[in-house]
Amino acid sequence: MYRIAVLGDYDSIYGFATLGLETFPVSDPEYGASQLKRLAESNYAVIYITESLAVELEKEIEKYREIMKPAIILIPGVSGNTGAGISGVKKSVEQAVGSDILFGGN
Amino acid sequence: MASTVVNPTRMELTRLKKKLVTATRGHKLLKDKRDELMRQFLDMARENMALREKVEAGIKAANTNFVIAKAGMSEQTLHTALMAPKQEVQLEVSDRNVMSVDIPVFEYKTKSADENDIYSYGFAFTSGDLDDAVKSLSDILPDMLKLAEIEKSCQMLAAEIEKTRRRVNALEHVIIPDTKEGIKYISMKLDENERSTQVRLMKVKDMMLEEAHHYKDKQF
Repeated sequence: MYRIAVLGDYDSIYGFATLGLETFPVSDPEYGASQLKRLAESNYAVIYITESLAVELEKEIEKYREIMKPAIILIPGVSGNTGAGISGVKKSVEQAVGSDILFGGN
Repeated sequence: MASTVVNPTRMELTRLKKKLVTATRGHKLLKDKRDELMRQFLDMARENMALREKVEAGIKAANTNFVIAKAGMSEQTLHTALMAPKQEVQLEVSDRNVMSVDIPVFEYKTKSADENDIYSYGFAFTSGDLDDAVKSLSDILPDMLKLAEIEKSCQMLAAEIEKTRRRVNALEHVIIPDTKEGIKYISMKLDENERSTQVRLMKVKDMMLEEAHHYKDKQF
């Protein structure tokens, strides 16, 4: 049995606790990195992480990109959508095809 | 292009011919694998993008609702209300094999079967906006999990496609031409050796016949 974690600043993630996801409020990126590592190595199959925090932890997230567990998924925080999640999808397309032929126009 | 030095022997020739057959077969298979992976990937990427847009819009709406809820009551009340969650989500992870890539399949179970059992507080001290906020977030949870599944699959497929493409290209543009070049070189060299042996034998035969019959002297 696996669990789901949500990582980010407190204001963006506190609502998820009511759904039964486990929230881990993180304010500074360094603590976030160690927290992410700890979560990835334990029993969490999906880790949602706010875009603003993900920008700081790009290197750590990259490590888990091609392995099955955990799936690290970017979600917009309370401060708004930075477009990092969309560009992650575009990056996959670019990696596979060589250039972004699907969503290049927008 | 024969950058590698090959021994012009029959054994080497047989080896190279076998290698060429394997490489051609491998190239064909990998090319098929790449095409099929690409087809699946493109479908999945489109779905991924659609889901992501949906989830992001949903979370944005939920966040707005939470801000409104927060404005309507004191921070302490809000914290207390959300302090002890009632619901718990557990995830079952299995995998699905797509062209030898194991992609995850998530199945989630909530602790209590009633999906409305998400309000971890009494309704007396909280505003109705909080209920709306929690509900709006709960509505997008299935989509969020689906997104996690699809996005992870996309990332894994993309990595596999990249690897397969490299292999196909390496076979097509390096291994196969090099092997063909090697085979050509060896067969040329062997033919050449054979011809020179033949010529030498003919010459020796001529010389021996000359020795025995002295044709030159008998000419008129």
